Amino acid sequence: MALTDAPRIVTSRMGRDDSHTLGRYLEAGGYDGLHKALSMTPEAVAAEVDEASLLGRGGAGFPAGRKWSMLRKAPVTYLVINGDESEPATFKDHLLIERDPHQLVEGVLIAAYALQVTQAFIYIRGEFALGLERVTQAVNDAYAHGAIGSDIFGSGFSVDVVVHPGAGAYICGEETALIESLEGKRGFPRIKPPFFPAVIGLYGEPTVVNNVETMSNLPWIINNGGAAFAGLGLGRSTGTRLFALSGHVRNPGVFELEMAKTTFRDLIYAPTLGGGITGGNTLKAFIPGGVSAPWFGPDQVDLALGQDEVAEAGSMLGSGSIVAMDSSTCMVRAAWRITKFFSRESCGQCTPCREGSGWLERVLYRIEHGGGREEDLDLLLDVSDNISPGLAWPPQQTTICVLGPSIPSSINSAISMFRDEFLVHIKEGACPYG
Amino acid sequence: MSSAATDETVHFVLDGQPATARKGEMLIAAAERAGTFIPRFCYHPRMKSVGVCRMCLVEVSGPRGATLQPSCFVAVGEGMEVDTRSEKVKKAQDGVLEFLLVNHPLDCPVCDKGGECPLQDQTFAYGPGESRFIEEKRHFEKPIAISELVLLDRERCIQCSRCTRFAEDVAGEAQIDFAGRGELVEVATFPGEPFSSYFSGNTVQICPVGALTATPYRFTARPWDLDQVESTCTTCSFGCRVAVQSSANRLTRLLGIDSDPVNHGWLCDKGRFVFESTNGDEVATGPAPAIAVATAADEVDVVPATASQAVSLGPTRGQFAGEARSDHSVVSNRLTEPLVRKGGELVPTSWGEALGVVAEHLGASKSEHGAGSIGVLGGARLTNEGAYAWAKLAKGILGTDSVDAQVGDGLPAELVFGLPRATIDEACDATTVVLLAGDVREELPVLFLRLRDSVTNGHTKLLEISPVRTSLSAYAAVSLRVRPGDSPAVAASVVREGAPSLFAHPEGPTFSAEDLAAARALLAAPEGGRPGDGVVVVLGRPSLAEGAQVTAAAAAALAEALPGARFLPALRRGNVFGALEMGLAPGLLPGRVSLDAGREWFAAAWGGAPEAAGLDADGILSALAGEGEAPGSVTSLVLLGADPLTDFPDADLAVRALGAADFVVAVAGHPSPSTAHADVVLPAAVAHERVGTTTNIEGRVSRLGQKLVPPGQAWSDWMIAAELAQSLGADLGFGGVADLESEIAALAPSWAGFTPAVLDHLGAHDGLVVPLGADRGTGRAPIPTDPIAIPGVESVEHQGAALWVGLIEPLAGEGRPDLAGAQEKPAVGAGVAWRAETPRVPAPDSYSLRLVATRRLYDRGSAVASSPSLVALVPDAVARANPYDLDRIGATSGDRVRIRSARGAIELAVDADVHVARGVLAVDFNVGAGDGPANVAASLIEAGAAVNDVRLESLA
Repeated sequence: MALTDAPRIVTSRMGRDDSHTLGRYLEAGGYDGLHKALSMTPEAVAAEVDEASLLGRGGAGFPAGRKWSMLRKAPVTYLVINGDESEPATFKDHLLIERDPHQLVEGVLIAAYALQVTQAFIYIRGEFALGLERVTQAVNDAYAHGAIGSDIFGSGFSVDVVVHPGAGAYICGEETALIESLEGKRGFPRIKPPFFPAVIGLYGEPTVVNNVETMSNLPWIINNGGAAFAGLGLGRSTGTRLFALSGHVRNPGVFELEMAKTTFRDLIYAPTLGGGITGGNTLKAFIPGGVSAPWFGPDQVDLALGQDEVAEAGSMLGSGSIVAMDSSTCMVRAAWRITKFFSRESCGQCTPCREGSGWLERVLYRIEHGGGREEDLDLLLDVSDNISPGLAWPPQQTTICVLGPSIPSSINSAISMFRDEFLVHIKEGACPYG
Repeated sequence: MSSAATDETVHFVLDGQPATARKGEMLIAAAERAGTFIPRFCYHPRMKSVGVCRMCLVEVSGPRGATLQPSCFVAVGEGMEVDTRSEKVKKAQDGVLEFLLVNHPLDCPVCDKGGECPLQDQTFAYGPGESRFIEEKRHFEKPIAISELVLLDRERCIQCSRCTRFAEDVAGEAQIDFAGRGELVEVATFPGEPFSSYFSGNTVQICPVGALTATPYRFTARPWDLDQVESTCTTCSFGCRVAVQSSANRLTRLLGIDSDPVNHGWLCDKGRFVFESTNGDEVATGPAPAIAVATAADEVDVVPATASQAVSLGPTRGQFAGEARSDHSVVSNRLTEPLVRKGGELVPTSWGEALGVVAEHLGASKSEHGAGSIGVLGGARLTNEGAYAWAKLAKGILGTDSVDAQVGDGLPAELVFGLPRATIDEACDATTVVLLAGDVREELPVLFLRLRDSVTNGHTKLLEISPVRTSLSAYAAVSLRVRPGDSPAVAASVVREGAPSLFAHPEGPTFSAEDLAAARALLAAPEGGRPGDGVVVVLGRPSLAEGAQVTAAAAAALAEALPGARFLPALRRGNVFGALEMGLAPGLLPGRVSLDAGREWFAAAWGGAPEAAGLDADGILSALAGEGEAPGSVTSLVLLGADPLTDFPDADLAVRALGAADFVVAVAGHPSPSTAHADVVLPAAVAHERVGTTTNIEGRVSRLGQKLVPPGQAWSDWMIAAELAQSLGADLGFGGVADLESEIAALAPSWAGFTPAVLDHLGAHDGLVVPLGADRGTGRAPIPTDPIAIPGVESVEHQGAALWVGLIEPLAGEGRPDLAGAQEKPAVGAGVAWRAETPRVPAPDSYSLRLVATRRLYDRGSAVASSPSLVALVPDAVARANPYDLDRIGATSGDRVRIRSARGAIELAVDADVHVARGVLAVDFNVGAGDGPANVAASLIEAGAAVNDVRLESLA
């Protein structure tokens, strides 16, 4: 599948019907990484992760090792795993949760050991019914296997893991909202400062929040060494990464690719990957890193799939979700659909996001359905500017959390790249795509 | 509510000008102090910042350049550069206001908030001028009632979370919270659970839009038509500062003013809404006055105060003879004309005739039976000046010392004044607060908020010694349950080692040895300090069925072992402290001096003073009824706003006493069972109709504002006293309240130097604690008040730093009153001594339960009964007992039981409650059940008894 000779780090067991079972996992060397980690000092485990230079896979791309080291100065109380993957077109954690839950659990245990945390929570999106069932089963089996609980594998280290279902709110993927939700409160993101849960997290205690994919990398890193991981990829983008490809491609799906060694063109067009645009159409635009990222046009398709490379081009690799839009796509409709999502999922806590998202959604709907006015384009941009001043990337914000500045990305991209298409909607009083 | 700010100063640059802030202070507050108002909605200085409305965004310099930051959530840092007026800030303000109006209905012309609306005002001052929004707005059904008092308009709501934060963080009752998501976020109650808080009115006051409205004010006035005065609430004795607003000589609304030493801007709903009783509107639904008794003209007929036997013999509220006349009786639920009993009926008459009848009867009583034959009951409803005038009339002119402002429901005045007094702030800054009082939330609601705040946000720990679980039990570090009569032993054992004798109770101890040890640890002397340093005892009446002597003995035990401890007396009635201060108590004269110590001084000034100490309320009523130590020695009774038939804990005695009295004159604002029984009724002005001062639980004297002209022919109490003195051939020497205040300052030792000028100059906002110099302060820096909740019609231009209500300059050298001129006067506290006697508590018998009677906030007293909005909130009385004791009589929760005491019997529903100790029965005081007596518990209690035992019988 992969275009480089990099090993499959997190998807090695995919494709088997029983990849989620403890039996299959053990057969494939499961929990060896944990055994190895427990034979090391916690500091040595953390050092391996540091050396791997593993960037967080949740979207912000913050180095996991550094996140941990911020906490090693003070004792960490809780480890929280963010499995609340809910954004349209983002579905790579979904795969890991359902198909290889033991890999996730083992990663969690390695991290818990490195941080010397005795209580971990795995927060899984509530709609992942099968995923919840399988992770819960995996945790129960791991308890029975002696990998979780008191004195795991006779190491003297004890840890408990709780699986917690979300209740259907996208915002709970924001780490402080997730913490609130875990505490049993409304999923309102916390206002900063404090800037990190590392300072005040779950139940007011220092807390590490890591992504599912980040955790799933740990068994391989411990088994093979941080240096081996760091040897993959380019620059800051080390290792492999899951890319969730969707949209108008022949072969949508999740692909594990070596970081920064392949391009968007490879992902979209390679026969073993996306397989090209459907129906013989051409690529009109693509979203490089989730629906909160600014869009790219076909001219940027040769950019490498690396964190810094995409950032330098004015967008983000984010959650690794790539959406290809072909020439049949109505860009007004695309922007409206994305904005509608954010409007529905705004937590409603702070004013610009709560009121602005609904307003933008209504204006886009009106344009798409034939009621647009020319001044609506300036209005859309100015309302967006009141949520994210300057409409720059990386964005500024008038809101509490980053959901706010995520809203204008698609609107700003659609208007700046496809202004004429908006004007056609307005002039004709209808959507030209029907 | 506690501010994180410290005394350390940091320097920053505000709009290019150097400015200073206290370290830890939020930018929004520091800027306001420096004269720059930053617009805001969600920020409230008495609550934790949440930074959700985004209105207060300003540009703050940082490592990544200037960024927009919420100034309510950024603490000022050294060298910080802040721009509140940049183009970027202006655009953000425009943006936020435009966003807030996107879904706001803009129904200002029909909105109660219009004209005093922060959203309206700040839109004018900071908004973009017009909206670009042309879409359909969000819609909700509206308004919806979230409680009996509060209505919610979800379309107007701007989701600032002030109300939800108040409910959770200040009141401790998260009964409202957000529901929904995105722009459909709404404030909501929990399904089937109303917003039934005693403090719900505060959410209405702090709402920055018209989303929350209160039924009593709704659609009654426009803000620009309101006129207002500042005053102090006298519903209870806590002394919350209020703005009293009226329109066309009708009260429309009360708003809390932020007095830093007292109420922090909050009010309870009773204090906020009971103003309706002043307007005197007829209340359609409400309990009938329950205990009606024989009139004086009739054969005395003792009526046992039981539900089944209550007999209506006299005219009841709203049934006064002649009340249908239209001339002066414009107000239906107030006393507006003097009434004199003629032919068995109270009929309206002139002041001249009424005063003549009173003077004739009292004069005859004095000449025939001696001055001591006149008993004077009540006075807590009066102003300080009214109380002084009546004290002078009773003690100086009539010469009786049988005067008591308390109706058997308080504590001996010598105890109140004899113990070292704490201020409210001292209690809230104490290391340990000992609660030896009734349920504070039921009796002094805003004290509950202050104490709760000091426990949850400060460093105070609570040690509760209570016969029942109270609203503060959950906040107490240790809550010791005690059976009635046991509190002296418990108090002694928490300050001394050794197992208390009550561990040997046949039903077992009511707390564990661990709890006792924890309680002792809370009272341990601080290193290098005296025992009791940092300890404040909140001292009230934990139960009205337990004699005051029991609580007094417990207090004495604490005071003796804890010489550093201070006491905050928690007597409930409005101006009871002022009344006691002015000498309306047996054995006392004005200014906290004993009768013996002050007799010569006051006799010289007044022309007379009582020869011997008189009787207290128990004694007066017993004497009237021909019982007690001096049977028959009292024959005439003056009621100063008191309603002993409803309020005296021993209803049976009150009925017999009033039935036996030769002559009863009632000075009252509202009709009550007791006025219905009087021979003469003199109509008095009530709260908001009088000028003068009032005194709160810490001895703080503050100004009362007059907003209304008293209805009909009602007079202020001091005028009634002065005119009655004239009718008795004497002259009190007062031409106005200023004369009274000057005389009090000159004569009453505790008011030395406390002239009207001092009060108006130094204590204009918060008042001052007497004696002057007693307000030791706490060193806490006062915080700016919430401009959004500033009462009245202040527009945004006035919401600046000038309005720092709550700040008073400390007593400066210049203008400091000369306190030295008081040598010839008796000293403050002269002769006032409390000698605790060990109460005689009979051993419990195994068939009886020991009775506990506790007050409810909404009671069946005349004020609530004549407030249409509150009367529906009065709960029905219930009895609560331990399930163990209910098992023994075969009863379960919800069953009706008959409760029989030596005094009488009542029937009530009973609830099983594990928080009631075995061997104890708790019954609500001052409320009734159904059509029964207004105060069921009073039917069971014997005045003066240390404890009251009852027997329980299941009726199921």
